[in-house]
Amino acid sequence: MDLLDFARGPAINVAMAVMVFGVLWRLFAILFLGKAPDRTVPRMGTPGPLGAALREIARRMVPHPTFAFAERFSFFNGWVFHVGLAVVVFGFRPHVLFIKNLTGLSWPTLPSGVVYVVGAITLVSLAAALVRRLTNPVQRFISGLDDYFSWVVTILPVITGLVAVGHVGARYETLLAIHILSIAVLLIWLPFGKLFHAFLVFVSRGTTGAFLARRGV
Amino acid sequence: MTDTINVQAAADKFLALVGRPLATWAEACVRCGLCAEACHFYQATKDPKYTPAWKILPIAKAHRARTGFLGMLGLAPKITEKDLKDWEELIYDSCNMCGRCTLVCPMGIDIATITGATRQAMAAAGIGPADLFAAADNARDRGSPLGLSSEKLVDRLEWLADDNEIDLPLDKKGAEVLLTVSSIEMMKYPDSIVSMGKLLNAAGVDWTFSSKGYEATNFGYLAGKSDIAKMLTMRIVEAAEALGVKTVIIPECGHAYGVMRWQAANVIGRPLPFEVFHITEYLAKLKREGKLEFKPFDKAFTYHDPCQISRRGGAAGDARYLLEGFAPNFKEMSPTANSNWCCGGGGGVQAIARSAPIRYEVFKIKTRQVEETGTSTLMSSCANCRLTLDEAKTATKWGGELASIVEVLAEHLVEKD
Repeated sequence: MDLLDFARGPAINVAMAVMVFGVLWRLFAILFLGKAPDRTVPRMGTPGPLGAALREIARRMVPHPTFAFAERFSFFNGWVFHVGLAVVVFGFRPHVLFIKNLTGLSWPTLPSGVVYVVGAITLVSLAAALVRRLTNPVQRFISGLDDYFSWVVTILPVITGLVAVGHVGARYETLLAIHILSIAVLLIWLPFGKLFHAFLVFVSRGTTGAFLARRGV
Repeated sequence: MTDTINVQAAADKFLALVGRPLATWAEACVRCGLCAEACHFYQATKDPKYTPAWKILPIAKAHRARTGFLGMLGLAPKITEKDLKDWEELIYDSCNMCGRCTLVCPMGIDIATITGATRQAMAAAGIGPADLFAAADNARDRGSPLGLSSEKLVDRLEWLADDNEIDLPLDKKGAEVLLTVSSIEMMKYPDSIVSMGKLLNAAGVDWTFSSKGYEATNFGYLAGKSDIAKMLTMRIVEAAEALGVKTVIIPECGHAYGVMRWQAANVIGRPLPFEVFHITEYLAKLKREGKLEFKPFDKAFTYHDPCQISRRGGAAGDARYLLEGFAPNFKEMSPTANSNWCCGGGGGVQAIARSAPIRYEVFKIKTRQVEETGTSTLMSSCANCRLTLDEAKTATKWGGELASIVEVLAEHLVEKD
């Protein structure tokens, strides 16, 4: 078994299994904690918990009007690299073929040139996020190992992917194997660090939405 | 702070309190730091330690020590005495639980609830400001944080009734409405008590005070002493039940409203047998019903939203409704309503003497807001905000004026025969 076989085979399969198990385990660990019943009387005319949760999930996709100026960098850059990652992961033909092989699911893809440009923009955006974290006194103060490690495992697949499609520095098979291995690392880390916010964002916003809506806020 | 620190008690308290909402919020932070933009303590000092997200650490650490892969194997770091000591100032002295950071958080994390839970854990460990703890103990032992015992209440009500020639009913069984007081008002702003009585009388409300359950403030909640919080809540619930009232009115006090309206039923474990209104909500109701009319109030002023009534209480609109058609020179400050800046004294911070310097810095944000409206009078509907602003006004020699919405309404009441 060469490196590419290892990456395409056991490495990615184990990583997927760890990711799925980890995500389910962490979600269950939180959701099964339960919540005490709220016996207060909701304010008249406010939406129910589900409606309020969905409203809050949508509402926080854009900055709160009061803080729009303060949020301008985080909002813009955050959207750029999140959408960029989604476009690259789910819009690149080889990725969709890879997913099809694993799951049987497929969908139309974007032209490769578009994905390369988006990948480059995503790379710059992620770099900007790190610069911000290192230079903003608040972010630097509150950041820990998880923040930096999560950044590394997020940017590595972008870098290795761009290097692989550019055939830079080594045989394509080797570059592709390294790219897949970097994805394996990302998948393994996803449930255990801050990248888990990909799931918690909905639970957290929804919880707060229901909590505040009951009060009429 | 007490001499013996029981770290295990804090860890146990965290474990008991962390259900689905707190666990979610404790785990969801992505350290974007935007919450600092919303926090007046950070904005007043520019010290990153005041970033609200930083306040999540003790609860997150305690949670992970009991859950998570490493926690289950006993390998995750546990909460320590040093953690509790290091975070005491951040959790007590520099968090008003105002919820402004919740507005800005892209993950929707509610730091105010996290602070409330962390205070309970710290109090269980014996860590917290001595003066805030003493206020809670006073409330338990003497009926009120400021020593307003039942006997003193009766005396002062008699004095206020005589002095102002007003009927202030006490322990009137079968009344519809129980009016509570904040001892801050009774000791420092008694006109506010008289004003509430005058407005309720004018509207023909069948109301009463109670000599058993009168103190609306809940310093047990503010200190994180949950046993005292429950006891103080029960005093009002039992008094209301004994009198048979259908409604309890919370006076001009933010946290008292939050505790009774949005927590009490959960604290006592059953629905409240009465409705709870903040005084501005109740006066707005009376105005809607056509029971109150006011003469025009021409003075230019702005309105400070108490956090627990507006942003955390959902009642920002009622104060505006009361001012509608009555105060033509009312100027909204910016930001306002649910986004308004906190006074800096909420959440018990006003009772912590050592927090005074930072409160005065925070006050400058408020005075800037007032000055930008072109007015010099700051009206509010919370005696604790008023006290905080009053103290800071003196300390910083601010030339503006402070006012109470209830007092201004009472002064401009159209009295019918």
